[in-house]
Amino acid sequence: MTPRLSRTHIPLLATLSVFVLLYAAAALRYPGFLSWPVFRNLLADNAFLGLAAIGMTFVILAGGIDLSVGAMIGFSSILIAKLIARQVHPLLAIVVTVVLGTGLGASMGALIRFMALPAFLVTLAGMFFIRGLGFVISLEAVTIKHRFYGAIGDFSLQTFPVVTVVFLIALAAAIYLAHYTRFGRNVYAIGGNEPSALLMGLPVGSTKVWLYALSGFHSSLAGVVYTFYTSSGNATAGTMRELDAIAAVVIGGTLLSGGVGYVFGTLVGVLILGLIQTIITFEGTLSSWWTRIAIGVLLLAFILIQRILQSRTARS
Amino acid sequence: MSDPSASRVPAWLHPLLWPVIALAALLLFNLLFTEGFAHIAIKDGHFYGSLVDVLKQASRVMLVSLGMTLIIATGGVDLSVGAVIAIAGSVAAQLLVQAHSGLATAIFVTLGVCLALGVWNGALVAWCGVQPIVATLILMVAGRGVAQLLTDGQIITVERAGFTFIAGGYFLGLPFPATLVLLALLLTAALTRKTAMGLFIESVGNNETASYFAGVNARAVKLFVYAFCGLCAGVAGLIEASTIKAADANNAGLYLELDAILAVVVGGTALTGGRFNLVGSLVGALIIQTLTTTILTRGVPVQYTLVVKAVVVLAVCLLQSEQFRARLMRRRSV
Repeated sequence: MTPRLSRTHIPLLATLSVFVLLYAAAALRYPGFLSWPVFRNLLADNAFLGLAAIGMTFVILAGGIDLSVGAMIGFSSILIAKLIARQVHPLLAIVVTVVLGTGLGASMGALIRFMALPAFLVTLAGMFFIRGLGFVISLEAVTIKHRFYGAIGDFSLQTFPVVTVVFLIALAAAIYLAHYTRFGRNVYAIGGNEPSALLMGLPVGSTKVWLYALSGFHSSLAGVVYTFYTSSGNATAGTMRELDAIAAVVIGGTLLSGGVGYVFGTLVGVLILGLIQTIITFEGTLSSWWTRIAIGVLLLAFILIQRILQSRTARS
Repeated sequence: MSDPSASRVPAWLHPLLWPVIALAALLLFNLLFTEGFAHIAIKDGHFYGSLVDVLKQASRVMLVSLGMTLIIATGGVDLSVGAVIAIAGSVAAQLLVQAHSGLATAIFVTLGVCLALGVWNGALVAWCGVQPIVATLILMVAGRGVAQLLTDGQIITVERAGFTFIAGGYFLGLPFPATLVLLALLLTAALTRKTAMGLFIESVGNNETASYFAGVNARAVKLFVYAFCGLCAGVAGLIEASTIKAADANNAGLYLELDAILAVVVGGTALTGGRFNLVGSLVGALIIQTLTTTILTRGVPVQYTLVVKAVVVLAVCLLQSEQFRARLMRRRSV
């Protein structure tokens, strides 16, 4: 039991210490960094990425990949904006969008399950398809003007950001789902070893479909949060965000080979990505492209840590 | 997973069948219904027309898909080619504009840098044993940042007669990029089919452990394919920068890795690895480009491009997987 525990915990501990060290360094360097508004913005600015990353965590835990999450954010945001512009009530628009997003995810899962096509390929085609759907709805960004959104904006400014609330609730639900339900255990089992999961009689096929439906749900919810955050919809929103989501999951200590990882780690991964962004903003003189380079370097470091840990457990 | 014995008799013809039919159908549709599509004019000894345009536009994806085919044949994938293209453009532009270096120097240094980036990917995959998707994801994320760093976030314009020839020039009446693709195809085909390299690549893709015990240096093979793909992306990057006469670190090669992967898959090379079809990949790239050109010339609103592309690509993939699926259905009862 002990070596397995250390193997799964060390990436998470490494992620946590990187986060604490980065935060401490930034707090020492910039006056005012260690304050509530900065942390609140860190959570709020990254809520939609975090939501997409939660869905991605499940897919990656089961050894799959979902490249369509960025496109789903754009599609959901523009669909909501357009529906509201057509006098649909925002709540109904949100429900319709999330149901549709979940359905699209489930369709991709069904293709993966029934046609035995690789997840990489299906979600790649899905990414083009969903992004295209977004463009079909509207090529231009659409602003949302509705009392409901006004109320959300006021509440976010005066009390607490609604986007963070949505993110934290989804996070709590995801942690419960991953670690305390049968579905969660199936996901880990499939990621650990799919043939043995099948031989154990676990519902591998249906779990796969549910996984991509879950990812579709989370990424369309990310699109909803995006509309809360910007009060607009844009078909190009979330471009390349699937990469950030994957990076956040990996930095959060989930192995891309599947079977090992924690949803909580993804939260820390997302916060690290956000922290890098915030630090570069605070620094002022650094250009935005350093964000990407820093994320790349971090990704490399974490992947190498994972490799070393894996080879060590393999030897012992 | 892949089963090369399924169709032993026409080893090269069979996988090409569906992609060629798809391309032929697309072309036939255009010849019949799109006015002026088949029209080819000769001006100043150069060919002009929609068909020539397709060839010219597809050249970047075709080049990259050659390298990508070999990588996918080993069971890997390279997500970083778009970023490498951006870096290639930035390096070339910086050398030509800021350093005032000669054209040959600029080209060689650029290709050298891209080769090194490919070796980096290959080293991560071969020596560190990192999964290909992850290993190349690093460069995909960081590469565009590096390209922007090189050009300081600016779009650098390049106005050199020799440099613009790479994309705008003509060789024997055909666009020079098409000539480059042909050269690259001949070189790759010679390298893989006239030497044992192709066999090594396929054996590594089929079963790495078995080929290791058979004496194949799997690491060297992997390093080679990633380095080769980096080189292909470098040439594609030069073409891209030469086309727009500038290095645009933000948009150069954006989504090109996805187009290249789709071209390879549509061309009949399975993502699981173990066998490959170079000509198929080129046909795949041509299908994707013809599709795009068709959509544009037929006046379909541009926003439908992605949807149509996704549907067609998925359809071709399903057509190809049908026998695979039928076999799978028979074998397992899930």
